[in-house]
This record gives sequence, C-alpha cells and structure tokens, in this order.
Amino acid sequence: MAEATHDIEIRNLYKIFGPDGAALVDKVKAGMSKEEVKARHNHVVGLNDINLTIPAGRIQVVMGLSGSGKSTLIRHINRLIEPTSGEVMFDGQDIVQMSQSQLRDFRRQKTAMVFQKFALFPHRTVLENTTYGLDIRKVSRREAEERARRWISRVGLDGFEDSYPNQLSGGMQQRVGLARALTNDAEILLMDEAFSALDPLIRTDMQSVLLDLQEELRKTIVFITHDLDEALNLGDRIAILRDGEIIQQGTGEQIVLRPADDYISSFVRDVRRGHVITVRTIMRKGERAETPVSLPHDTLLEDAARAMTGVQTNAANVTGPDGKHVGTITLAKTVAEMIAPDDTEELSPEVSAA
Amino acid sequence: MAIDGGFREFTRAYGETLENLFHPIQILLVFIEDLLIDSPWIIVMAGLALLVWLLSRSWKVVAGSIISLMLIGYFGMWDDTMSTIAMVAVCTLIAVVLGIPIGIVMARSDRANAIITPILDMMQTMPSFVYLIPVVMIFGLGKVPGVIAVVIYAIPPIIRLTNLGIRQVPADVLEAAEAFGSSGGQKLRDVQLPLALPTIMAGVNQTIMMSLAMVVVASMIGVKGLGQPVLQAINNQYFTLGVMNGLAIVAIAIIFDRSTQAYGKRLQKHLEAVHG
Ligand SMILES: Nc1ncnc2c1ncn2[C@@H]1O[C@H](COP(=O)(O)OP(=O)(O)O)[C@@H](O)[C@H]1O
Ligand SMILES: [Mg+2]
Repeated sequence: MAEATHDIEIRNLYKIFGPDGAALVDKVKAGMSKEEVKARHNHVVGLNDINLTIPAGRIQVVMGLSGSGKSTLIRHINRLIEPTSGEVMFDGQDIVQMSQSQLRDFRRQKTAMVFQKFALFPHRTVLENTTYGLDIRKVSRREAEERARRWISRVGLDGFEDSYPNQLSGGMQQRVGLARALTNDAEILLMDEAFSALDPLIRTDMQSVLLDLQEELRKTIVFITHDLDEALNLGDRIAILRDGEIIQQGTGEQIVLRPADDYISSFVRDVRRGHVITVRTIMRKGERAETPVSLPHDTLLEDAARAMTGVQTNAANVTGPDGKHVGTITLAKTVAEMIAPDDTEELSPEVSAA
Repeated sequence: MAIDGGFREFTRAYGETLENLFHPIQILLVFIEDLLIDSPWIIVMAGLALLVWLLSRSWKVVAGSIISLMLIGYFGMWDDTMSTIAMVAVCTLIAVVLGIPIGIVMARSDRANAIITPILDMMQTMPSFVYLIPVVMIFGLGKVPGVIAVVIYAIPPIIRLTNLGIRQVPADVLEAAEAFGSSGGQKLRDVQLPLALPTIMAGVNQTIMMSLAMVVVASMIGVKGLGQPVLQAINNQYFTLGVMNGLAIVAIAIIFDRSTQAYGKRLQKHLEAVHG
C-alpha cells in the first residue's frame, strides 16, 4: 500500500484565465484586483498567490463558495490546468515543470481523482471502470481485476461488478468513483466536491466511509467542499479560499475560534461549536480541581459536558498528550463556549490563527 | 474550354497510373459480386439472413428480409440485386475506412474542422450526377469509376457523424481519463471512440442509404445492378420493369436501414438510465 510520505508544497501559484494571462501576472502581483482585471483586460483571476503546504498522510480541505477557485486549485496538483506562474512541489520535483510523459507517469502512479459529477465511463461496467487506472498502465487483466474487486468490496458494492453506472444510484456511483481512485493505489487522492451531489444522509455516510479508509490508508487527501460541516468533519487542516486567494488556513478549531475576518465569521456562526472545540482550548492551565472526571486534552466540549453532567460535577481535570495533568475546566465555561464565543478570557496561544 | 483541355491532358498523363492504383477495388468488388451471384442462392440467403440477425437481433426484420429476397428471386431480379448489394458493401466499406479517420482528425483539430466542413457542405449540396462527370473523364465507364463516384457522394455523413460523436463525449469523462494519465491514443481508443460509436453507426447507416441511392444513379456510367433495368425502363417506357426494380431497391434499402439502426440502438443499451 502506498503510504504517503511527501508533502505537497504549492508556492506563489497564480492562474489567470484568458489568452494573455502571463502578461497580467505582474499587474496582479502588484495588487490589481480581480474586478479590475475583469473590467480592464477581460481576464479572470482564478488563483492569486496561493501558498499552501499539504501535509503527507493528512486530509487537507479546501473550502470556499462557488467560483472561489477550488476546482482550479485542485487541478493544479495533477496539472489538469496549467498555471500562469508558480510551483507545485512534490517529492523534490516541480509538477509545473514536468514534461508530458513525466506528467503522465506522475498522474498514473502518484495521483487519483474523484469528481463531483462522478465522471464514470458510461460504457464500462463497475469492474471495468474500477480497473481503468490499471488498464492504461498495462497491468495484466487478472491482477487488475483482482485488485479492483478488492476495492469494490471495500466500498460496499459487492455484487454490482457487472452493472453499468447508469443502473446505480448517485451514492453508489460515487462509491464506484472512490473504488476507481483507490484501485490506483496512489499517494495522493484528489477529491473535488466528491460528495456535494449526494443527499445529506448518503453524504455523511460517504464521509464515514472515507474516514474509515483513511484511518488505515494514510493517503494525502485534498478534499474540496463548499460545506463547513463537511470541512470540519473531514479536515485535518482547512484552507479557506475567496476570489482565488487563501484568506485563512489552520485546523477546524482554529478557524472556528479565530475567524480571520467577517466573511469567515459569517461562515462559522452556525457551526456546532461543541463538536469542534476541544477542552485544551478553554482550560485554565496548571490549576487542579476536586473532581472524579479526568479528560484527555483533545476531548470535544460536547463530550466533556456529557462526562461532567453524567456524574453531576461542575469541573474536570485535563491531561496532556503524555497523560500528565495540565489544567482544569468548569462546566459553566464549557457550556458557555458551546453556545457563543466568550471573549472575556484569553485563549491559549496554540490556537491563534495560522 | 481551357479547364476541360487541362483535364483531358491530366487524364492522358495520369489516367493509367490512377487506374492501376484503384485496381484492387475492382478485384474486391468482382470477388464479392461473384461470390453472391455464383454461390447457391439458398446459401447466400442464409448468409444474409444470419448477418441481418446478428445486426438486428429481431426475428421480424429477418423474416422480412427472407420474404423480400424470395420475391426478388421469383421475379428474376436476383443477380441484379446481388450486384447492387456487392456494390453498396464495397462502397460503404471504403467510405468507412476513409471517413472515420477523417472524422477523427476533424474532432481533434479545430483547424481541420474549419477546413473540411465547407467541403462537406459543398459535396452534399451538389446534385449527385455532377460527381459522375470528372470521374468519367478520368476513368471512363465501368465499375471502378462507379465506386469512386458513389464513395465521394456517400462519405460526408460518416465523416460528419464521427466528428460529432467524438466532440459530444462529455468533458468531465474525458477529464477523468486525463486525470488517470491516459495518453491521447488511449483516450481515443478507450473513451472517445466507444462513446461515439452509436453516433458513428448512425453515420454508417446514412452512408449505406446514400450509397444505395447513388448506385442507382451510377448505372448511367455502367455500374451493374438494379439501376440498369430502371434506366432501361425510363428510356423505353417499360412501366412494370421500372416499378419492379424500384420496389426491389426499396426492399433492400429497408433491410439495410432496419439492420443497422437496430444495431446502433443495441450499442446504446448501457446508456439507458435506470436511476435518474
Ligand atoms: N476555463 C476557464 N476560463 C475562464 N474562467 C474560468 C475557467 N475556469 C474557471 N474560471 C473562473 O475561475 C473562477 C474559479 O472557478 P472554479 O475553480 O471552478 O471555482 P469553484 O470550483 O470554487 O466553484 C470562476 O470565476 C470561474 O468562472
Ligand atoms: Mg468547483
């Protein structure tokens, strides 16, 4: 199994759509706005100075509204879109500089992609769709089918090997999309709004499937979404995109606690805070309480509140990564933080925005 | 006129080379024609019925074909019908072999598309027997000039629909193939052509129909088959002869059409949506 070992490093990436994009990069670098570029030059700024390190073996979510440049960004990682300027480094190589044949090999061996509208091959059965990545690498029929069947089974499609995509529901089709990508056994998994077209229930279902798989696969997953709940549920790290620029990046907790601007605040206002914030963030350092409850530092507030009310106590001790005591929380503070931001006290420094 | 003179000179200089170049077509055509005419009719009929079955998978179409062929035999039009079928088969084959690659080139290059489309438009608006004139000037009368005229007349639909079929392949499916690292050739073979196939088959169907129509016209330059008795009937006002042969042409046109259309439909089976 290809466990991910290399970060993806995106440096100073610009994409300006239009016939003369290259000539406009300097103007955009000098601060010309997206609107101005559109009005004066009739070009579209897709990405504006993107710098992002996508950690190996983690789920990096890229979130933003429609038209913010998410699809454009993810397509630079396998260079389905050519950048106007910038670098995308992986394992010491700049993907932007690769020759066509190097790029093909990179796509075949290092990446796999799942698409919003599934993009399955309608003339191929589930099995034939799933073997596609191996077919074009000329892996033998027998080996390809054996590997494909394993993943078809893992995503819960046993018995549908010989069905055609159009005979399946949307949720099942995207399972095929996932199986097709996983069969490639690549380090990098690119998912462009992979679950956005699915019904809410099926969507959370697929999120669990993905998290379960990731538990054992440890791939580098780039997951695009416009949905904050999905981002918080899946993302080890989240980058927020607006008008082609990254306006904040960090963990979900960091973004919920410290939204970088009003735009992001409006996004995170309705979030289930107790489901995102951990006790580490709100604890009083060093203090110790008389209570039977002791919680690990990464316990979510909801779980902490449940633990305290469960034994009818008003406080809990918090232990660090090594199991040693690090501080305390109170039930009142926990509930207050779950309901609304409490700005009266300083938050611990490790959650300040990245 | 000067152009006419130039044309005649060209013919004198290169006519023989060209004839040699196209000689294999003559051999192929004569071979198929002889095979159909000289074999026992019952075997030919069984072979044709099998072919119709393989294409259409419909007993109705097979039964219709057998009855039509029986009647054609009964009224003494068997040999002419076989000549016509041989001619249509060879012309369609050549049109497909030439037309699909041209369609592919048009689909892959907007420039080629821009150049070839007006030529096809012109070819399709030209009256069919205009094609006969330059062909006869170069090759004289006979089978090969007939084939050339028919192919030129019947090739536009297969080119157009190959081009269209490939261009209609959904962009996201193509992007998926690209994302998995397909080469251009792999995309063409594994994705574009299979998805374009039903459209290409519609082109084959039209090309067959146009070949058949043109084969009749080409009887004017000595192509054997059902067209000749029709021509004769027109010249001598033989009403029954004209009608009988005309009906035979209609019958095989229907057989060709139903078979290839049913085949095209079957190719699309997997596209029928069960879920919305
Ligand atoms: N090929 C293109 N030509 C011109 N503009 C484009 C092209 N592709 C995307 N854009 C523009 O770039 C911006 C970002 O698009 P996209 O990355 O698809 O956004 P998202 O995936 O976040 O919805 C949009 O304004 C879109 O209109
Ligand atoms: Mg998008």
